[in-house]
Amino acid sequence: MSMDLDLKEGRSRPSLLSSFLTPRAAAASPAILTVLLIPGLVIVAAFFLIPLARVAVEVGNGPEGWGTYLLILTNARYLESLIQTLAMSAGVTVMALVLCAIVGLFLVRNRFAGRSILIGTLTLPLSFPGTVVGFMVIMLAGRQGVIGGLTDAAFGSKLVFAYDIAGLFIGYLYFSIPRVILAVMASAEKLDLQLEEAARSLGASRFRVICDVILPGLMPGLISSGAICFATAMGAFGTAFTLATDIDVLPMVIYTEFTRNANIPVAAALSIVLGLITWACLAAVRSFTGEGKSLPVRGGA
Amino acid sequence: MRRTGIFYAQLGLTILLCLFIVVPIVMSALAGVTVNVFQGLSSGLTLRWIFEVWDLYASSIFLSLWLAIACLFVTLIAGVPLAYVLVRKPGRATRLFEELLTLPVAIPGLALALALLITYGGVSGYRSSWLFILTGHVLFTLPFMVRSVAAVMSAMDMKTLEEGAASLGAGFWRRFFTVIVPNAKPGILAGALMVVTLSVGEFNLTWMLHTPLTKTLPVGLADSYASMRLEIGSAYTLIFFVLIMPLLIAMQILANRSSKPARATAEDK
Repeated sequence: MSMDLDLKEGRSRPSLLSSFLTPRAAAASPAILTVLLIPGLVIVAAFFLIPLARVAVEVGNGPEGWGTYLLILTNARYLESLIQTLAMSAGVTVMALVLCAIVGLFLVRNRFAGRSILIGTLTLPLSFPGTVVGFMVIMLAGRQGVIGGLTDAAFGSKLVFAYDIAGLFIGYLYFSIPRVILAVMASAEKLDLQLEEAARSLGASRFRVICDVILPGLMPGLISSGAICFATAMGAFGTAFTLATDIDVLPMVIYTEFTRNANIPVAAALSIVLGLITWACLAAVRSFTGEGKSLPVRGGA
Repeated sequence: MRRTGIFYAQLGLTILLCLFIVVPIVMSALAGVTVNVFQGLSSGLTLRWIFEVWDLYASSIFLSLWLAIACLFVTLIAGVPLAYVLVRKPGRATRLFEELLTLPVAIPGLALALALLITYGGVSGYRSSWLFILTGHVLFTLPFMVRSVAAVMSAMDMKTLEEGAASLGAGFWRRFFTVIVPNAKPGILAGALMVVTLSVGEFNLTWMLHTPLTKTLPVGLADSYASMRLEIGSAYTLIFFVLIMPLLIAMQILANRSSKPARATAEDK
């Protein structure tokens, strides 16, 4: 705070001298900038770039050579897993976007008691590890779960779906909602209410206003949060690991190949392909919306 | 305001989603202090499971806390200067570097862990120590620290501040520590909370990188879900919630505080 005062004084005093001195003097020298960069550069180079390059090359040394990269398309089991993972992630993304668009818009537009508690609740699982999310699904739909208890009381038979595809879907939805709702609310706050009023005064029905005014306005936010949601779901491992379902999502296949089959080239190739998919998805959306700000929060995956 | 049927339909959906999030949390918290989950709450409440978890997993909880602090330390030292350079020298090279830096977040943790294992798995002293897990956590959390600090730095007119300090004769390091860092404090604080929260909860990477002697809290959780009775898994989850909730709440308070002035100006328009 005191610095601000000092600053103003400093600038108003010798204006000629300071304008002569400052532009060069304020910029740090290249040597200093390099020093500042070194810790970060070393970390990224030694523990990310080199390992990644090493893995990419390691794949080529496997029994199938560079063809290992194509296994994901030529091997029926891997291809099926890829398709299942893509379908699952896309389904969860669509579901999360629809739910969060309705709820997010509602929470931004209305002020009522308990609103901030609702927002706080919805963003709670943001940094839950995937395993905890899996456990939450077990609590909800497992053998001792709430849903089982309710259906047991109502119909006399326990509904248990934690360990099949529905349980996995619920888990993915659980960790997707917080990140999507935050993004939707951020872009809903920027919507111009006057546009909607104008549309309404011109006689547009509620449905038309939603389709032609609200949705286009929300679209950039929906696309970028959808991409984050999709990429997170593609790479999610902990949830599937805890639920131990018989559906092979790609991260589970990679894990099994690596640990149980010690099939390192295939595990490496699959994880590079998976990484390329998630990265490309995020990068494409970033260049499309022109926003560099969205960083996927991958806590609960 | 007129409350229409649509209002109540939306409110209903919102509450339903909130229940979806909260009910399992409450259920698992209750199961953690119930004598016997299969008989339900009527079997009575107990702290027995909490103590049992403490006996079994205290070391994993302490390791997680220690890792989070170490991770925070490294990301502060590497991240704050990095954010400064990215904001101060915008250009092709820095943009490329920023992309590279955020790549570990964009690609799945499993892939990252695999790369680390294949490259450094043979270095036995390193592979079996907590430093190996720290490496993964730093890669994964560093971008969050850099983004959070850079966001505040690019909003604070650093050039004028620095020129002022420089005209008063402050050298670079003095400017950095007495002008830049104090002004970037909100971003550093938000980034620090984020780093600690993410590190404490990280599973995907850690599961691959851990050894039986370096188990973290989430690894222990997965272990207890797979091999312990439901009450112990629940009690452990309860401990995790108690640890992570204050961090999450602090993060939300911080976010609200920083977004309020912005919202006020938007409404003024």
